[in-house]
Amino acid sequence: MEVKGKVYRVAGPVVTVVDLDTKMYDVVKVGHEGLMGEVIKIVGNKSIIQVYEETSGIKPGEPVENTGLPLSVELGPGLLESIYDGIQRPLSVLKDEMGNFIKRGVSADGLDHDKFWEFNACVKKGDTVKPGDVIGTVQETENIEHRIMVPPNMEGGEVAEIKSGKYTVDDVVCKLKDGTELKMAHRWPVRAPRPVTKKLAPKIPLITGQRVLDAMFPVAKGGTAAIPGPFGSGKTVTQQQLAKWSDANIVVYIGCGERGNEMAEVLNEFPELEDPQTGRPLMERTVLIANTSNMPVAAREASVYTGITIAEYFRDMGYDIALMADSTSRWAEAMREISSRLEEMPGEEGYPAYLSARLAEFYERAGVAQSLNDATGSITVIGAVSPAGGDFSEPVTQNTLRIVKVFWALDAKLSQKRHFPAINWLNSYTLYQETLAPWFTENVAPDWNDLRGKAMEILQLEAELNEIVQLVGSDALPESQQVSMESARMIREIFLQQNSFHPVDTYCSFDKQYKLLKSIMRWDELAAKYLADGAPVKALVAMDSKAELGKIKYEENFDAMLTDVMNKMEAEFAEIGSGGY
Amino acid sequence: MVKEYKTITQVAGPLIFVEKTEPVGYGEFVNIRLADGTIKRGEVLDTSEDVVVVQVYEGTGGLNKDCAVTFTGDSLKLPASIDLLGRILSGSGLPRDGGPQIVPEKMMDIYGAAMNPYSRAQPEEFIQTGISTIDGTNTLVRGQKLPIFSGSGLPHMEIALQIARQAQVPGSTEKFAVVFAAMGITNEEAQHAMADFEKTGALERAVVFLNLADDPAVERLITPKMALTTAEYLAYEHDMHVLVILTDVTNYCEALRQMGAAREEVPARRGYPGYMYTDLAGIYERAGVIKGNKGSVTQIPILTMPGDDITHPIPDLSGYITEGQIVVSQELHRKGIYPPINVLPSLSRLMNSGIGNGKTREDHKAVSDQLYAGYAEGRDLRGLVAIVGKEALSERDKKILEFADLFEDQFVRQGRSENRTIEDTLQVGWNILSSLPKAYLGRIDNKYIDKYYPENKAE
Repeated sequence: MEVKGKVYRVAGPVVTVVDLDTKMYDVVKVGHEGLMGEVIKIVGNKSIIQVYEETSGIKPGEPVENTGLPLSVELGPGLLESIYDGIQRPLSVLKDEMGNFIKRGVSADGLDHDKFWEFNACVKKGDTVKPGDVIGTVQETENIEHRIMVPPNMEGGEVAEIKSGKYTVDDVVCKLKDGTELKMAHRWPVRAPRPVTKKLAPKIPLITGQRVLDAMFPVAKGGTAAIPGPFGSGKTVTQQQLAKWSDANIVVYIGCGERGNEMAEVLNEFPELEDPQTGRPLMERTVLIANTSNMPVAAREASVYTGITIAEYFRDMGYDIALMADSTSRWAEAMREISSRLEEMPGEEGYPAYLSARLAEFYERAGVAQSLNDATGSITVIGAVSPAGGDFSEPVTQNTLRIVKVFWALDAKLSQKRHFPAINWLNSYTLYQETLAPWFTENVAPDWNDLRGKAMEILQLEAELNEIVQLVGSDALPESQQVSMESARMIREIFLQQNSFHPVDTYCSFDKQYKLLKSIMRWDELAAKYLADGAPVKALVAMDSKAELGKIKYEENFDAMLTDVMNKMEAEFAEIGSGGY
Repeated sequence: MVKEYKTITQVAGPLIFVEKTEPVGYGEFVNIRLADGTIKRGEVLDTSEDVVVVQVYEGTGGLNKDCAVTFTGDSLKLPASIDLLGRILSGSGLPRDGGPQIVPEKMMDIYGAAMNPYSRAQPEEFIQTGISTIDGTNTLVRGQKLPIFSGSGLPHMEIALQIARQAQVPGSTEKFAVVFAAMGITNEEAQHAMADFEKTGALERAVVFLNLADDPAVERLITPKMALTTAEYLAYEHDMHVLVILTDVTNYCEALRQMGAAREEVPARRGYPGYMYTDLAGIYERAGVIKGNKGSVTQIPILTMPGDDITHPIPDLSGYITEGQIVVSQELHRKGIYPPINVLPSLSRLMNSGIGNGKTREDHKAVSDQLYAGYAEGRDLRGLVAIVGKEALSERDKKILEFADLFEDQFVRQGRSENRTIEDTLQVGWNILSSLPKAYLGRIDNKYIDKYYPENKAE
């Protein structure tokens, strides 16, 4: 076995090495500085390596060493609240070692190896443990109990020794009879999905507090969703809203090839924001992976795998994870860049022919699963897509749509009108509506699904009528349709529009969503009734209470106010009905 | 002694292929000596034991197999010095103003390393440009990269120069500098910009890099990197607030495509290389503010959209990296409105962190949203009027239609040297909003309407 070879050729992030025994996806150290890279192709005596760091100055003839191990992440206590680059190097450690700019040749552990954690054993001497079994717990943050598991790639056996106490992740906390030593942390290769006992069907919604998502296009816990949209349509804001407010236990946020200043914003905001369910800082349930667009492209390719592997690890403990990848298009472009350096035959628009397979593999790692220790956890994957030119027919969007079940189509037209979230209600869809309907009936309100259906019908009708209005003006419509147009406007402006920068409106509970929608539909119902009794459209449309209804969403304790507004509305209707206009 | 090689085997476009070298590093800086003694410079793009590919900045004209190639063992560096201020340099950093060579205080790698996102401070300091459509509705903040998307024949350069002249942080007296990088612009445009710099005395606090249309295209590829390295030096070593104007990014991308084609790479969309996003990010992402550091780098790149098509790969990829865009419109320009900025497709992503109470004014966001909503609706109605005539409109629609005209005429339109403070801008905003009844102002909180709606003020 030759573990040392030498550099033969350097072309950007792709380095060719000769005389080195390698397997596919082995991690190698390139050059005198030991830059980290990964084997992505083997041709005869030559191994082709993608290097995760800047390669300038590397010369042919420099030594290359094979670690013999695949690219893997370190999993154990200390993951939460961390901010990593694409290959799980903590950015804070990189800053301490290299200053404000990321230079190269620095390796850093994903976890803090000096920190002591309080380990509570939950098995005892003589117990038999299988792979995936929980042997103890660590209270990692106030609300998250980190469950230490037997790594799935170990055999397990009878416990010979285990003791609670304070340990670092390097200390042995448990010994098995066959001499196997278990620590609180283990490594797992990022490109291999962690095994589960079985996958289950998703049936609970991921509650996001965003009205257009929860009410109109809900995603299930364990489901997959895509947010495609041209630039400036609000992908990143939507992703960040989801990261902030969705009711997952843990959020993994992958900033893949995106803006540095946006990551700075997340880093500034998350420690300040409160988790609406627990009241603790959001950061305590978050793992951030930030590989901005100007950081090495190969590490960008890896960042998505790093993120999903961390998500799977927490899922195995029985948690619900929401994973945001912003943006999968940048990931696909990283693949394209590497592929073109390898001089591979391209598929559509220069993307590699395996693009579709890679995307499918990634999204397949989502789902509700019964883990090896019989806990049930889930990973919901929400991928942003940045279609070139806002054109949804491009390969990344199309290949993503073939896999995901929820499609939140962002629309530049809406964002120009400052309708946020700019999710187009006509193009978007969810395939979970049926599966989730029973949950809504039981947990929100028995008539929730009907209300939603009616609101969607009105919006649909509006779209059709708009074409006529464009030609002949709105006064030419029959009166009943003028009322529907007004209802649609209320649904759009009061219900669908939500101000993510408003302290109250940024999160809307299901209770509030239901009451708001119910109130709007009540207007629709009454207006139709009074119209039939001969009330004039103009008077109905000009009601004061409607404008007041629009302000309810900005109130924290809205119940009393809403009751007032609704009483006023009924009174106004009664007045109109009695001819008092 | 550095070795000279006379082993060029191929010259193709801007590339030369050199054989039988000692090991050469990737990205090394190369000197090529021609028979007549001229020196051309280049950079290693691909290195292996058999052949080294070099990209020549000054073009390969006059090169042949007899030229002597030396590899310097180091990458291209910028001689950074505070004396760069007031100088005019070529696109690759050589003096162009007849002045002396730069005596470097520090040699800096022009490719720069990526800023650690963890070190970044969130940009939130409002920059007042004096232009209402920017300050009021698409606010620029320190550390932002906000490009101007323009088209051929539009006054984007005027706008950029006006910003360079007027930009200031209200109430601050900190050191300020402009780095101006021209890539492939015409001599005439460059003259115009230089004249403006000299007239206003801005040249003293500016560093100018000029790569003109007849300079080699390859040189364009390093011009923005030179400029940004200078900017980083001034910002982080001398605590200055630096505004970088890059024009025209479209020419830069054309040069990138030309290089890609010369290297026989597999192209992505419209013949542009697949790594164009990463490459542009390497430029744009160098804007920012570092925690605990006084200086900042703010970028205003200018790009002309081929065929006014915002979905063209150049504006498209830029838009995905930059923090918004200012879109200059043919339509407004034809109407004789300066600056012809169309606010609807324009956007500043960092606006929300730079405005509001204590930064600009409490009602800023609400006013901006209301202006947007009203103007967007008014523009839609113009389409309708063209079909059904004004008479068919409802009372409300007529008001909105008028509002859109007022918006263009009073809010957008302003003089070429009119420097509006943020209060002026918001006042213009309220003045035109007062043409609408209060009930239409659904985006504005009642308390601001009470406070700022003009008739109330008069009371």
